[in-house]
Amino acid sequence: MTNIPETGRNPRVQIRLVVIQVLVISLLGTLGGRLWYLQIREGDQYAKEASGNHVQQVVQPAVRGSILDARGVALADNETRLVVSASRTDLMKMKDDGKEVLSKLAAVLGMKPEEVEQKVRLCNAETPQPCWNGSPYQPIPITDEATPKQALQIRERAEDFPGITAEPQALRRYTSPGKANTAQVLGYLSPVTDEEIQKAQDTSSPYLRSDMVGRSGLERQYDKQLRGKAGVTRYEVDKLGRVLGQAEADPAQPGANLVTSIDSRVQRIAEYELNEAMKEARKQHDRNTNRTYEADSGAVVVMEAKTGRVVAMASNPTYDPNAWVGGISAKDYAALTGKDSNYPLLNRAIQGQSAPGSIFKVIPTAAAINAGYSFEGPYECSSSYSIGGQVFKNFESQSFGGISLGRALEVSCDTVFYRLSHEEWKRDGGNKPKKNAKDWFYKTSHQFGLGEETGIDLPNEVTGRVPDRQWKKDYWTANKDSWCKYGKKDGSYAEKIAYENCLEGNRLRAGDSVNYSIGQGDTLVTPIQMAAIYGALANGGTLYHPTVGKAVISPDGKAVEEIQPKAHGKLPMTKKTLAQIDEALEGVATRGTAAWRFGGWPQDEIPMHAKTGTAEVHGKQTTSWFATYTKDYSIVMTISQGGTGSGASGPAVRNIYNALYGVSPEGEIDKKKALLPTPQKTLPAVRTDGTIKAPKISKDPAKDRATPSPGATTPQDGPADPQQTGTTPSPENTNRDTRRRERRRGGGPRPGGGRARCNTHHRRTRTGTRRTTS
Amino acid sequence: MTGGVNSFQVSGYGPERAGWTRVFARDSLARRMDWPILLSALVLSLLGSLLVYSATRNRTELNQGDPYYFLVRHWLNTGIGIALMIGAIWLGHRALRTAVPLLYGASVFLILLVLTPLGSTINGAHSWIKLPGGFSLQPSEFVKITIILGMAMLLAARVDAGDKPYPDHRTVLQALGLAVVPMLIVMLMPDLGSVMVMVVIVLGVLLASGASNRWIFGLMSAGAIGAVTVWQIGVLDEYQINRFAAFANPELDPAGVGYNTNQARIAIGSGGLTGSGLFEGSQTTGQFVPEQQTDFVFTVAGEELGFVGGALIIALLGIILWRACRIARDTTDLYGTVVAAGIVAWFGFQAFENIGMTLGIMPVTGLPLPFVSYGGSSMFATWLAVGLLQSIKLQRPMSA
Repeated sequence: MTNIPETGRNPRVQIRLVVIQVLVISLLGTLGGRLWYLQIREGDQYAKEASGNHVQQVVQPAVRGSILDARGVALADNETRLVVSASRTDLMKMKDDGKEVLSKLAAVLGMKPEEVEQKVRLCNAETPQPCWNGSPYQPIPITDEATPKQALQIRERAEDFPGITAEPQALRRYTSPGKANTAQVLGYLSPVTDEEIQKAQDTSSPYLRSDMVGRSGLERQYDKQLRGKAGVTRYEVDKLGRVLGQAEADPAQPGANLVTSIDSRVQRIAEYELNEAMKEARKQHDRNTNRTYEADSGAVVVMEAKTGRVVAMASNPTYDPNAWVGGISAKDYAALTGKDSNYPLLNRAIQGQSAPGSIFKVIPTAAAINAGYSFEGPYECSSSYSIGGQVFKNFESQSFGGISLGRALEVSCDTVFYRLSHEEWKRDGGNKPKKNAKDWFYKTSHQFGLGEETGIDLPNEVTGRVPDRQWKKDYWTANKDSWCKYGKKDGSYAEKIAYENCLEGNRLRAGDSVNYSIGQGDTLVTPIQMAAIYGALANGGTLYHPTVGKAVISPDGKAVEEIQPKAHGKLPMTKKTLAQIDEALEGVATRGTAAWRFGGWPQDEIPMHAKTGTAEVHGKQTTSWFATYTKDYSIVMTISQGGTGSGASGPAVRNIYNALYGVSPEGEIDKKKALLPTPQKTLPAVRTDGTIKAPKISKDPAKDRATPSPGATTPQDGPADPQQTGTTPSPENTNRDTRRRERRRGGGPRPGGGRARCNTHHRRTRTGTRRTTS
Repeated sequence: MTGGVNSFQVSGYGPERAGWTRVFARDSLARRMDWPILLSALVLSLLGSLLVYSATRNRTELNQGDPYYFLVRHWLNTGIGIALMIGAIWLGHRALRTAVPLLYGASVFLILLVLTPLGSTINGAHSWIKLPGGFSLQPSEFVKITIILGMAMLLAARVDAGDKPYPDHRTVLQALGLAVVPMLIVMLMPDLGSVMVMVVIVLGVLLASGASNRWIFGLMSAGAIGAVTVWQIGVLDEYQINRFAAFANPELDPAGVGYNTNQARIAIGSGGLTGSGLFEGSQTTGQFVPEQQTDFVFTVAGEELGFVGGALIIALLGIILWRACRIARDTTDLYGTVVAAGIVAWFGFQAFENIGMTLGIMPVTGLPLPFVSYGGSSMFATWLAVGLLQSIKLQRPMSA
């Protein structure tokens, strides 16, 4: 071997070795280049992906804010339930995957071990219910009906129950203070949808699968404020989901409390009186249809005249909003939304629209003045008015001869308005309308805010309808095909109408203008619109956007955001005209169509103004309307198929006024009994801990006010229920409902519960004493 | 000195005292050692131990509760590897030449043993022999060396003897036959990655031996046809097809077949310039990359040490390969040249394939990164190869 020549290497090998060297170095160069590309050029992208890889979010629900009435009484708050939950992350760290802990827990809760295990297993294709389909990092609720004793057992022996927590959790509760249900105004919550979860996933406030979202009423309108912000804790986890460390934690922020202008006592009385009025109407015989009135639905609005704030808003039929809490059952859902349900979810004060009848007449009155007619007249109030063979009767009154517009309002003379409206129609060109038709009667309606939403802070308000030329045209365009197909010249009534509509439905006919002038025909209004209009008549002519929300108070009570009443226009009339109409409406209450309902009313102390309305609906019984106002309030009530305005709604409205001002049926004012002689100006007081002071409330203000007739004094009339006083003063957004819990769970020695009970007892006596001395 | 090497007999007696002197004499052996290769290999092994430690300290299911389990073993493997290197230097590659038939027989026997029930399957490849004490042996690593040594012995014999300028066709055929037998066995395991390395080794060896161009191109075409055939006739297991599919389409099923590559790329990509710091990588700590202490160890470097660390590993491997090429070119006998070139082909391709698959430019195969990956067999074989390279360099006349 020593004889190998050092230079004897043949060139082919040398060249090939160089090739190998170059190849190897270029391969390594490729690696380096690729490394640079991944780490330097695309590095940010991958860093992002990596952080998405190993961070898991755990969301803590925020406690929803309460909805309070004007004095701080909770209309909707949260009920605390003791929820026992298990952390899967902790259980899976144990040698037996937490089996032992779960069976011990089952023993404490009185459940079967299998039952508990099923609750914590994760859902997948093979696992049938029950199973957990939420995030495995989220504590999994095992029961939400744990007793304090069970909770204590778990918490005191924490070392025996690693990964198990027993904590109070908040569930929505609609308190119905003093039986004030307020269902449709409050609205309800229902579980968040997958779509909403997806949408909110990457926002700062993601939804939990268990989250509830406001679906109607105030719950929906103020959902954002009430909901608060869920707490998010981000954990770094490994591939198997084991927690490595806590990355970030944003604590949950409870939702703000909403103070409304609702007065729960007035609300209760409004609801009660509406219901009573409807019950009463159903006993009354309807001469037109020869059967008793259906009184299928109704609504009443009590509004602060000077601000547009809603003091009470009731809609009938109604329902118990608690049916929605914790998920509505299929049966309940059908009962609330089915075909035969009569749709109690509808808030008929803002979503019910019907022809206003004579309470509309203030509008043609103003329109006539604006069109240049004098208030005094005189105008002929005949018993009927005919146009080309068609006879329009005077509905509520007979012939009164020549009268002023004011008197026409008082006695609700239709023919005066027929004539004026028809005359204006002719002036505008009649069947051949002028290009610049003045349309005073329709223009004025729009100026009164009809045909559009009032802008109340409740969702899904409807607009009503002003049947003006434009609407006629649009409506005809939309419907002419079916009319022309269905209509027959000599057919039934409906067919004749369709035939007529097909021919000339696009035109404003003389009959339309006549019907419209007394709030009939195609005219539609909502109770809230009329309450706003009559409120404006009371306050000197300012139209407000009605509001229910009065203030949003932050959970700590420090930030108070008041919701100011917003005016959106003036009634289109001079001060003089306003005063004349005001006087006429006072006349309605004292000597006109509503006078018989205000017998003995202290008119000098509390000037009452009213207008009755009885609207005809084709194929149905008449709609009862009653619109009233005093210096401070306007109240509008309507009952569908309920009879006449004063007949069906009159007593109820009178009773609401009686309660507000403390007026006895005989007309004596007892200020002590007055619930709200002037509107609640101040907001409820907030304690330093952010809770809101609330006065005690009796079990049923409607019963408190019931006429003390023989045998009417019920035990409920006595001092307020101790349970109710017990919850005074009730902190609104905390979960301190343990007292109620105890009562419900009944007695039995229980460690830790005694103190709270003593406390309750103490408070009860104290409030009791105060009552007798004051 | 060459005489000293030659005086060693295969008979198995201990080396002469002169061997010791040579190794430790300051003015002779130690000075002429290829220090860049040695130091690079040492730094890679130590760096590897840290990366292996980082990847395994939290994997309780692997390290049996001892975070240092893999660290200590990696050191131990490195120590044994260095001992093997010293042994190889001591013996000299030419002495090993005479032992080639024995080594070849032994390695073929071992891989046959793997096919018996004594062998065990890891990650779909039946290529391990379980040893007591938690160790396992992967004989295919040693087969790589014996193929290099065996082919070099056959190809260089007549050339070194001065009979011919290039190996003739018969010799080439013999050499190929020698290589194909263990390759077929390894393919049966199936350990496709090792077979690929062996194919590249065979090509490198033939190239360096000066065999006719026809052989080189013929083999390359045969390799291509063979690959297509293997694919078509369905010898491959599903997991192997999936790996190629995932390579061809990185977006494919990121939770399934594409998971490895996707997570590996995320780990490396998130490292940026300087990385998240040793032991600080979230991908590594979170154990998102499978096989991170072995085949995917480069992802730890990429994530925790960033571009700087990754490039350092590539550079150190580059130094070893560069120096090995120099040794192949500078050595006087074809045997040494072929052995060195075979090692270059082996290290070069294996490093490229291993790092390339973590970077998503090569399909995933189960190949360790030389010196860095955890694994005894690989560590021993690579250090043995370093010993061979040193030995080839050392046998050159002092004057060179």
